[in-house]
Amino acid sequence: MAEKTETKKTTPRQAMPEQKPEIRRRNFQEVPTGYTLEQAMAEAGRCLQCKKPGCVEGCPVGVDIPGFINLITKGDMTGSIRNLWSKNSLPAVCGRVCPQEIQCEGYCIVGKKGDAVAIGNLERFVADYERMHGTGELPPRDKPTGKKIAVVGSGPSGLTVAGDLVRKGHEVTVLEAFHKPGGVLVYGIPEFRLPKEIVFSEVAFLEKLGAKVECNQVVGRTVSLDELFEEGYDAVYLGVGAGLPKFMNIPGENLIGILSANEYLTRANLMKAYLFPKVDTPIPLGKNVVVLGAGNVAMDSARTAMRLGADSVRIVYRRSRDEMPARKAEIHHADEEGIEFFLLTAPTRFIGDEKGRLTGMECLKMELGEPDASGRRRPIPIKGSEFMMDCDLVIVAVGAGANPLLTQTTPDLTLNKWGYINADPETGKTTKKGVWAGGDIVTGSATVILAMGAGRKAADSIHNYLTWGW
Amino acid sequence: MFKIVQRKEMAGGTIVLNEIEAPLIAKKAKPGQFVILKANEAGERIPLTMADTNPEKGTLTIIYMVVGKSTALFKSLKVGESYQDVIGPLGKPTHLEKVGTVVCVGGGTGIAVLHPITRGLKEIGNNVISIIGARSKDILILEDEMKAASHKLHVCTDDGSYGHHGFVTEVLKQVLEKEDVKLAVAIGPVPMMKFVSKLTKDFNVPTMVSLNPIMVDGTGMCGGCRVSVGGETKFACVDGPEFDGHKVDFDELMRRLQAYCEDEKKCYNDYCTLQQA
Repeated sequence: MAEKTETKKTTPRQAMPEQKPEIRRRNFQEVPTGYTLEQAMAEAGRCLQCKKPGCVEGCPVGVDIPGFINLITKGDMTGSIRNLWSKNSLPAVCGRVCPQEIQCEGYCIVGKKGDAVAIGNLERFVADYERMHGTGELPPRDKPTGKKIAVVGSGPSGLTVAGDLVRKGHEVTVLEAFHKPGGVLVYGIPEFRLPKEIVFSEVAFLEKLGAKVECNQVVGRTVSLDELFEEGYDAVYLGVGAGLPKFMNIPGENLIGILSANEYLTRANLMKAYLFPKVDTPIPLGKNVVVLGAGNVAMDSARTAMRLGADSVRIVYRRSRDEMPARKAEIHHADEEGIEFFLLTAPTRFIGDEKGRLTGMECLKMELGEPDASGRRRPIPIKGSEFMMDCDLVIVAVGAGANPLLTQTTPDLTLNKWGYINADPETGKTTKKGVWAGGDIVTGSATVILAMGAGRKAADSIHNYLTWGW
Repeated sequence: MFKIVQRKEMAGGTIVLNEIEAPLIAKKAKPGQFVILKANEAGERIPLTMADTNPEKGTLTIIYMVVGKSTALFKSLKVGESYQDVIGPLGKPTHLEKVGTVVCVGGGTGIAVLHPITRGLKEIGNNVISIIGARSKDILILEDEMKAASHKLHVCTDDGSYGHHGFVTEVLKQVLEKEDVKLAVAIGPVPMMKFVSKLTKDFNVPTMVSLNPIMVDGTGMCGGCRVSVGGETKFACVDGPEFDGHKVDFDELMRRLQAYCEDEKKCYNDYCTLQQA
């Protein structure tokens, strides 16, 4: 037995097949192409089936990881997807975008001596298998309770709440402001990381389960929060996301050719502008592109610009490589695709021509000083180090704040000083009776899986309220 | 959903009116607010300020000039056909206050947006003087409606084919000199709003304009519609679309409106070629 365990620990991790960088940097197809059945079963065989699984601890929604993996080794994909669904309503999404390296895989025992079990790749495999070969049989749904819940926002948080509550027998309606559901999964994350067909398939699954999804509903404009209660909803969940783009507020920022990452990615991903002129929405095709910021959104923007035919794409970040907030996997992919990194550099102003079009960006070199409030070392400008960078497109990916559209029209919803909604971290309850909130509108920009975790907690709390009272 | 229940062509077909079924929006919308429309799956999301709403009937009305592919596509929709998506009401409603004598200045299709605001200002008891202008008589719209919504209406045409021969600013100057105007509202092409604001500034008359930058989402999440107002960056879709005309950087707005002019020209040419084939 010990020998078998040792073998598992030293067997290398199945490599995820990927499109080669020189090919994928100019197309929008998915970069990782997915395990074969043989690879999946081989990788699943590396799992030690720990009695005290650290991986489960590391998962924000508590997926029964040894459980679903064990079912793969038995060849029972249907059993495996059902196991996954009991905790995670969007496994095809999470398998692709979760930062497994700091969650499940980061806690994996096999990873202590060798490569962690590729939990994310396996989750993706099972979800894709079900979508392509599955029976389509739905998980069970409890008896109708007659209670109605409005979920505002069809991003990962809202979709999780909808999935959990519809299965508990409640009547759920998801209200989405955009013309397509999915929230950041559709407008933010690019096609080459998360194909939209998968997101729509996950939404269709929720609709089959009984949830209603209504697009073009801007809560706070088309209908107010209080009107939802007047319409007969018993509870409301707010999963509206962060959605307020941050700009640098330096001179020249309104020149043509400077876009927030939200705008750039919404054109590319939601409006599919990478297909222009087959679609009507255009997107600037920069030849010398600069992306400000170094989080996942910055990587997504840079890799999109490369695919749209840029000659050069440069990430400009004021701190160093170690402080870059993006997932290592995304930085690695960006590196391979030829994106350059200008670290310890910050812009001071933008320059344009007489028509108001961007032609360049003046920068300053930085050095790192003592840690600031975020715990990261503070960038300090180096005097006299100004230099010019030629560019015709700048994408500002320096974070997003709380969009005030809904909160402005709901005065009894308490906000913190940054405009995010105050919600109990364990239940998601806000200060307004019958209203819960979770995801980026509570925490600030974070991840898909954390939004889902918040949705899970809120769904439980909402269910308790509808059953037992506030 | 979003079915066209009435359709009218004006100004030789260059300006189109669509009355669209959108009960939730019609119920909520106030003068000055806009909607975002998308004709079909591949279509753009474009903003158009509402010309009118009928909450009982559950409809809203837009009046637009055909200037490119998206508006040409909208024009091709017949009565009974539907827009794929209509989102609203967006933007802050016009602040309507009784101040005394107000001057409402409209140019081109801006008159369609001006009309409900003019009506609103008259209804709350202001003395309303309106000035509307167009390049020529055949593209002047809503004259009768504006007459009904005002106590006095002046009409201008650039080519002199109707009314005063000249720009709205010429008539405006005379009105400002004669009357004790407390508020001006100007809606029309950007140069028109710019020059009206310049003129009213000399007379110290507070002026409201309705801006029309390029937009994508309309809910404040992308910043594409940002405009400089008093040296600060504002989003026209959530902070506007109305702003203090004396503080708006109109030149920057005019430049930013050209951001996609090459793509727009190509797209429109391809569409027209296809239609003719």
